[in-house]
Amino acid sequence: MGVVARKSVVRRPLSKVATGVRGFDEISHGGLPQSRTSLVVGGPGTGKTVFALQALVNAVQERKQPGIFVAFEELTEEIFANAATFGWPLPALAKGPLFFLNARLSPQLVQSGNFDLSGMLAILEAKKQDLGASWIVFDGIDVLLSLLQNPDAEMREIYRLRDWLAHNELTAIITAKADGDSSMAVNYGFMQFMVDCVIRFDRRLEQAIPIRRLEITKYRGSGFAAGEFPLSFGPDGMEVAAPAATPIHPEVSTERVSTGFADLDSMLGGGLLRASSTLITGAPGTSKTTLAGQFAEDACRRGERTLFVSFDEGGERIRRNLTSVGIHLDEYVKSGLLRMYSGRTDAINPEEHLLRIAALMLEHQPRCMVIDPLSAIARTGALSSARAIGNRLMYKVRDQQITAVITALVDGDNPQVEATELQLSTIADTWIHLSYLVRSGERNRALTIIKSRGTQHSNQVRELILSAEGPALMDVYSSGGEVLMGTLRWEKEAEESARKLRQQAEFTHKRRELQFAEADIAARMAALQLDLARKRAELALYNREDEAHRMSAREWKSELRRLRSADATATAKTPPGKRRRTAASSGRNNGNGAP
Amino acid sequence: MGRRDVAGKRTKAGAAGVPVTTVVTLCLYVAGRAPNSVKAIANLEAICRRYLADGYKLEIVDVCEHPRRALADGVLVTPSLTKVAPAPTSIVIGNLSDTGGVLAALGLQAGNME
Repeated sequence: MGVVARKSVVRRPLSKVATGVRGFDEISHGGLPQSRTSLVVGGPGTGKTVFALQALVNAVQERKQPGIFVAFEELTEEIFANAATFGWPLPALAKGPLFFLNARLSPQLVQSGNFDLSGMLAILEAKKQDLGASWIVFDGIDVLLSLLQNPDAEMREIYRLRDWLAHNELTAIITAKADGDSSMAVNYGFMQFMVDCVIRFDRRLEQAIPIRRLEITKYRGSGFAAGEFPLSFGPDGMEVAAPAATPIHPEVSTERVSTGFADLDSMLGGGLLRASSTLITGAPGTSKTTLAGQFAEDACRRGERTLFVSFDEGGERIRRNLTSVGIHLDEYVKSGLLRMYSGRTDAINPEEHLLRIAALMLEHQPRCMVIDPLSAIARTGALSSARAIGNRLMYKVRDQQITAVITALVDGDNPQVEATELQLSTIADTWIHLSYLVRSGERNRALTIIKSRGTQHSNQVRELILSAEGPALMDVYSSGGEVLMGTLRWEKEAEESARKLRQQAEFTHKRRELQFAEADIAARMAALQLDLARKRAELALYNREDEAHRMSAREWKSELRRLRSADATATAKTPPGKRRRTAASSGRNNGNGAP
Repeated sequence: MGRRDVAGKRTKAGAAGVPVTTVVTLCLYVAGRAPNSVKAIANLEAICRRYLADGYKLEIVDVCEHPRRALADGVLVTPSLTKVAPAPTSIVIGNLSDTGGVLAALGLQAGNME
């Protein structure tokens, strides 16, 4: 804005002075005309007073320019209280460089005949000299002028005011209630003529959401951005949604940023590209927030400033939910690395969110950002305006080279629904869709990368599993051209492992069988060896016995022969000897029969 | 123009001889020779002569010359008339062309005072 202001100085003798109202200084090409009068008109509650106060506070805080505020409508106490919500220390400033004149006429006051402003202007002139003031605000001048009850008198006082302002070379803001057809209307045209700059404020309802807008309708000797601009009240004052300056894209980064999720990184060919925006679409409960949280956590772990914008739930709740899946953000919030912004979408209009987020981006300077879910802005207000805001936000994120993960809720499992709703997917560099696949009576989460600009990526549908250790992408089985998930995958896995188990068991069994056989044979061998030894011993015994027997038989025969002294009985005594020989031969056979 | 006392204090004695202090103290703020201010001075002086003959105190302050005094007194527009005493105080703005309105605001009944 400063650049623009300097340019105008070169072109024209008019110099401008910044108001500090973010966005307004851009559309007015530098602010309000210095030492001249600007008229701020609009209905009640459109932000006229805040605008004037902000310019005044900005002048005193940024440039040490004292100023005077003349309040015709509100009590100074009320003004102070309102200003406190923006953090403007008016009671302190009112002791020094700012002067507040409580010019609300008492209701007990009686009017008798005409009056004029010359006395008040004399008072203000004295005060101006005391303070060295260079700014003055007449807030709600219509209230005073209406007491004149006479268009001619009103006109005369407006003239008086104009002359006084010109003479005193004050940068002035005059605010007046005007709805176009109010009692002010007669002199409204004249007021416009007398001032150098006219700013019109407007507030109207769009689908039950109040939308405030601002338009510069006149700026003598200067160019300005034409048209209505949405405005909102941020935490530190009014902000006007100025159209973003034409983005100049610096060289595209090839740096990869982790999603905090190794499986997904590898699907994306190494991670997200730095300064790219990623859209995660999905039905409710498909763990979009978990993925976004994982990305935020990893960004913080890398020490990168991160902004987490949540539209539905408060930061606390989101952090608690993420903790249950192993994502811990609390420490980063404490250290200030992570900023959480949560806005209930039905409370304020989307335009206001955009401004607040833009202000936060300016303040926090994040490198990474999460918006969850951006689709929520479409719930309030018209779809066309929500679409425009969504797109503007995404462009803003991109222009600031922020790596962003943006989630969007889509109804149903068809990701193409998104394309017709907010149309974010056309801007996003990467588009990940999460869905439920219902098969065999189960819902399972599935992750697909629909597109990823400038990067190789997996085309496969993967199953997403959440656990206390965080999310994981499971390997998938495809069967008949379809990815198997949940029980089907489990069944397939179980089948596989059973087969392995069976195989293993078979091996073990076989080995054991062989071992048994070996042991059995060895044992049998040992037993037979023993048997052999026994049989041999037996045989030896037998042989000896037989020998002994034969000897004794011979002796007995010879004895008998000797006793009988005859040969005839020798044949009759053979059977017992024959019988013994047969038994000995069968025992020998047994011993030799072993294998 | 400055400050000027138009009339002095006078004490009205009651029928029973008890002094009743009904001195009306007024202050008129004007802006130099602005037409409304000039008219206001004339109108007020006429009212005082006619209705406050018994005693009043009037101070005329030119805001152009004494702006800080006027600011301290809470004056916003000119001409502006303040009834300082007796209580309650009241303020009338304008050139005081509506005599009845001025008297009512000052707590004076036109009929009674005549």
